[in-house]
Amino acid sequence: MKILVCISQVPDTSTKIILKNNNTSVNSDGVTYVINPYDEWYALIRAIELKESGIATQVHLVTVDRFDVGPVIRKALALGGDEAIRIDADNDDPYETANYIAEYAAEVGYDLILCGKESIDYNNGTTGAMLAELLGVDYIGFATGIQVEANTAVVTREIEGGEETDVCNLPVVISCQKGVAEARIPNMRGIMAARTRPLKVVVPSKITAVTKILTYELPPAKAGIKLVSPDNMDELVELLHAETKVI
Amino acid sequence: MSVIVLVEHTGGIIKKKNFEAVQYAAQIAKQMGSTVTAVVLGNVADAEMESLGEYGAQKVLHVADSRLDELHARAYTSALVAAAQKESSKVIVTLHDIKGRMVAPRVAVTLKAGLVAGALSYPDMEKGFVIKKAVFSGKAFAYVNILSDVKVIMLMPNTFPVGKVEGKAVVEKQEVSFGDKDFGVKVKAVNKVTGAVPLADADLVVSGGRGMKGPENWGILEDLAKELGAATACSRPVADAHWRPHHEHVGQTGGTVRPNLYIAVGISGAIQHLAGVNGSKTIVVINKDPEAPFFKAANYGVVGDAMEILPRLTAAIKKFKEHHK
Ligand SMILES: Cc1cc2nc3c(=O)[nH]c(=O)nc-3n(C[C@H](O)[C@H](O)[C@H](O)COP(=O)(O)OP(=O)(O)OC[C@H]3O[C@@H](n4cnc5c(N)ncnc54)[C@H](O)[C@@H]3O)c2cc1C
Ligand SMILES: Nc1ncnc2c1ncn2[C@@H]1O[C@H](COP(=O)(O)O)[C@@H](O)[C@H]1O
Repeated sequence: MKILVCISQVPDTSTKIILKNNNTSVNSDGVTYVINPYDEWYALIRAIELKESGIATQVHLVTVDRFDVGPVIRKALALGGDEAIRIDADNDDPYETANYIAEYAAEVGYDLILCGKESIDYNNGTTGAMLAELLGVDYIGFATGIQVEANTAVVTREIEGGEETDVCNLPVVISCQKGVAEARIPNMRGIMAARTRPLKVVVPSKITAVTKILTYELPPAKAGIKLVSPDNMDELVELLHAETKVI
Repeated sequence: MSVIVLVEHTGGIIKKKNFEAVQYAAQIAKQMGSTVTAVVLGNVADAEMESLGEYGAQKVLHVADSRLDELHARAYTSALVAAAQKESSKVIVTLHDIKGRMVAPRVAVTLKAGLVAGALSYPDMEKGFVIKKAVFSGKAFAYVNILSDVKVIMLMPNTFPVGKVEGKAVVEKQEVSFGDKDFGVKVKAVNKVTGAVPLADADLVVSGGRGMKGPENWGILEDLAKELGAATACSRPVADAHWRPHHEHVGQTGGTVRPNLYIAVGISGAIQHLAGVNGSKTIVVINKDPEAPFFKAANYGVVGDAMEILPRLTAAIKKFKEHHK
């Protein structure tokens, strides 16, 4: 069984967002890039666990990015991926990104495709479902647990106000969140092994983007906090009632 | 040419966020000189569907197949695509919630439509259909131009206030021929957290951090939540220490909430925590350390010991409610 893990390279959470070029792009100088946390901690680690337990034979990593993702991908390989593929293309239109991944995935043929529940840069949470539609397979979103038995996946996933357990045939695309696996750090052996693992670069067929980000904007600074004395909770309640209508 | 909006329900009951989606679609339809067609899937009473007229829907296309009471993303996609084709729709609206995120991307791919996930504004048609959305977990906004002929918009719940108008929608039955593949995912078990207000949809949230000191102190936080009718949440270390169940953890690696009111008690306000809560309309921070970073993101702050403040706040709310009956 072959697993494909979709990996997005994103600015580390603590990054201060700075805009440039008349607010048409985000500054990347001096920004530390990491693997999107959902992709690393949950999707990738679960894929590696499935390989360790003998269910999967191969774990491939794919990322759509114009820029060298070497250091970020090496970490994913050090955690246990077998090979990595960078699709050399733009990734800011979700439809375009999903098409590139689908084209590659269809060519190789994977039984299980894992992605994160959301990327912390574009916050779409849509790539997995798009990919599934493009490949003509099922998609289970927001998984909190994944078991694979023979030709089926048994998946617990978040629903409104609880959880449900779904069963479906492979191949399937699943997006992962907390619960699916526990984060790990790479060990020395993994780091050494990763140095020799292949990092392929693929040039995809051209897809025309259907959306385009025109400009960015930073949120306005908070108007200033209003401090209320701990001895006067009646005042806080009045303020919440009068100024915000929430009580 | 009508604007299509997917209306979700749970056991036949349509929740408020869907009214917001219908109203949003109605506003877009008005700009385009068109009407709104709501799509309802599964068993819902006619009166419930007709009442969508109060939020601006002229018509409801009802696919009364009881298999659709559960989410089957591919069947939902087939139904929405069929509706969009029937109505020659150029704009399809869903919510940016769990169901919406499993269905809308599939619809967008099928119709080769550009999609905006988590829309925070109406489309600016003068600029060529441009919509605002949050990026970098709320640290910035992006203005996204949809370039395709057909457009899919996933509205972030709780973005616009909901108000009623006069109106009654006409309910029309719609037949959709589904294939086996549309029901490929079988639901084996459903486990609802009973009694509690679901966090992702909550209007009001009371959240506790390590400053609560231990699970034995959560009673006073729950008392406040109960008095307000709020959901409870927590910071990650609190869930990691098993003081609270994992589904309550909010932040970059946990859930995301966008309530009208978020009360943070004994939470320092680390950036990873803020990532899950900074879409809240009003934030109240209770912390004994006046230097806690959370105060920078808050509208109201109370500096002091949570153990003393929580019972006082609960009592003040109770008193207020009695006076305003
Ligand atoms: C990659 C990554 C992802 C992460 N994801 C998340 C996430 O999703 N969600 C999340 O929450 N965290 C996340 N974290 C952890 C985050 O960085 C913080 O460590 C965490 O949010 C701190 O939790 P806390 O505020 O409860 O605890 P602390 O930081 O220990 O803060 C406790 C606060 O309580 C106050 N306090 C103490 N006693 C009292 C009292 N009696 N009354 C009132 N106030 C009191 C203190 O002044 C302090 O401000 C993540 C970290 C990393 C590195
Ligand atoms: N550029 C990309 N390359 C590879 N995978 C991606 C890319 N963007 C998003 N993904 C995957 O899709 C998931 C959801 O991303 P998004 O739809 O952008 O929120 C991520 O967690 C990744 O697993």
